[in-house]
Amino acid sequence: MEALLFERDTVLAAFWMTVRLTAVSALGSLVLGTLLTAMRVAPLASLRGAAGVYVSVARNTPLTLVLLFTGLGVGANLGVELSDDIATNNFWLAVIGLTAYTSAFVCEALRSGLNTVPVGQAEAARSLGLGFVKTLRLITLPQAFRAVVAPLGSILIALTKNTTIALVVGVSEASVRMREMIETYGDQVIEIFLGFAAGFVLLCLPMGLVFGWLSRRMAVAR
Amino acid sequence: MSYANLYEAPGPRGVRRNRVLAAAVALVLLALAYVVYVRFDEKEQWAAEKWTPLLRGDVWATFILPGLAGTLGAAVAGVVLAGLFGLVFATARMSDHRWIRVPAAMVVEFFRSVPLLLLIFFAFFGAYVLTGFHVSAFAAVVFGLTLYNGSVIAEIVRAGVRSLPKGQREAAYAMGMRKNQVMRLVLLPQALRAMLPALVSQFIVLLKDSALGLIVGYDELVDRGLNGIAANFSNVIPAAILIAAIFILINLALDRLAHRLGAARGQ
Repeated sequence: MEALLFERDTVLAAFWMTVRLTAVSALGSLVLGTLLTAMRVAPLASLRGAAGVYVSVARNTPLTLVLLFTGLGVGANLGVELSDDIATNNFWLAVIGLTAYTSAFVCEALRSGLNTVPVGQAEAARSLGLGFVKTLRLITLPQAFRAVVAPLGSILIALTKNTTIALVVGVSEASVRMREMIETYGDQVIEIFLGFAAGFVLLCLPMGLVFGWLSRRMAVAR
Repeated sequence: MSYANLYEAPGPRGVRRNRVLAAAVALVLLALAYVVYVRFDEKEQWAAEKWTPLLRGDVWATFILPGLAGTLGAAVAGVVLAGLFGLVFATARMSDHRWIRVPAAMVVEFFRSVPLLLLIFFAFFGAYVLTGFHVSAFAAVVFGLTLYNGSVIAEIVRAGVRSLPKGQREAAYAMGMRKNQVMRLVLLPQALRAMLPALVSQFIVLLKDSALGLIVGYDELVDRGLNGIAANFSNVIPAAILIAAIFILINLALDRLAHRLGAARGQ
């Protein structure tokens, strides 16, 4: 226990990094995922095809490989620099990798949400003269979002846990700190593990509860 | 599945407009691809000497096939153990005895919310410090995969049992079966069949997660590809593309299997 108390500042800093990675990537994935969903149902075959290929590639590649690709491939090999500061640069590379991966899952969830919207809704929208973009933006997507609040919550929880893999790009978040502490305080391994595990439970449990509550509150009554 | 109800079937003008738009989109995508191509080219990622090693038999024999064996080995060991863990804890969580049900629920919820990497680190670095025993990277990876995916499978199985009609359980009791017979002979077999697609999907997750092994130095496909091939031929990007392609092919095949299993049940 002493180790966790003694090092509480560095532990909290590590978890703060986890939270920042999660928040920024979640926002990015929501935007990109929505865009991909729109592309997948678009009237243009080329848009549908591109989004479909993207989603099946991103979904079926291990996140470790995606992050290594952004870190080693895009970052080190192609020399893409997002910031002069190495830590900031790595942070953004990790965000890109996490977003690229998670947005595919957001897209899949939203697309299944679109399936729950009755055909009549889109038909009514069309009969009012709304085009594809307006039908999607004003009528079907809002209802789809309300139907998939719970799955989006699961994706957010998975993302929170997935940020631990950002260590392969050199972001020092919670899992890096835990490994260092296990090596330094060999006599308190169990406490350290339980402490970090509790940190994640504390992050994920409220998310589950909030999203569960939201999904009941926002469910479309039909 | 068709989303054609989102827009009118285009008339003659619409068809023409859509063609122009489709061409524009294709142009933009091609331009993007070209930018990527040029950037790769600047760093000489298309140079033949970076790609030809991927076709050589000895590269496959030294790196890719052993890596693939490592990945599949960890995944298969993981899925067997996770399946057992899931069955045991799903049954325990549905027990009539509170003192079995509550601890089982706590175990499942705990392992579901702890990142897999922390479990692997705990097994790999922690176990040595605790017991003086060196846990192999393989054992650490399988340990993590088992506990995490086992908890998820426990929830899948429990949902499967709960989705069965109440009459199944009642009929089994009426025939004089005992609790354990009802679960083992009547409920679980039906639930497992219903859950087969979800279980195959979970196997895909597990297969992808086994790539985490590279962080503790387990010889799996991503490790062999990036730390093996790329270290020898300095071709990170071609190697990463090949490894990704192998994973995508395996997972798409599994995905199709899951769909087929689901469809077979739907008939």
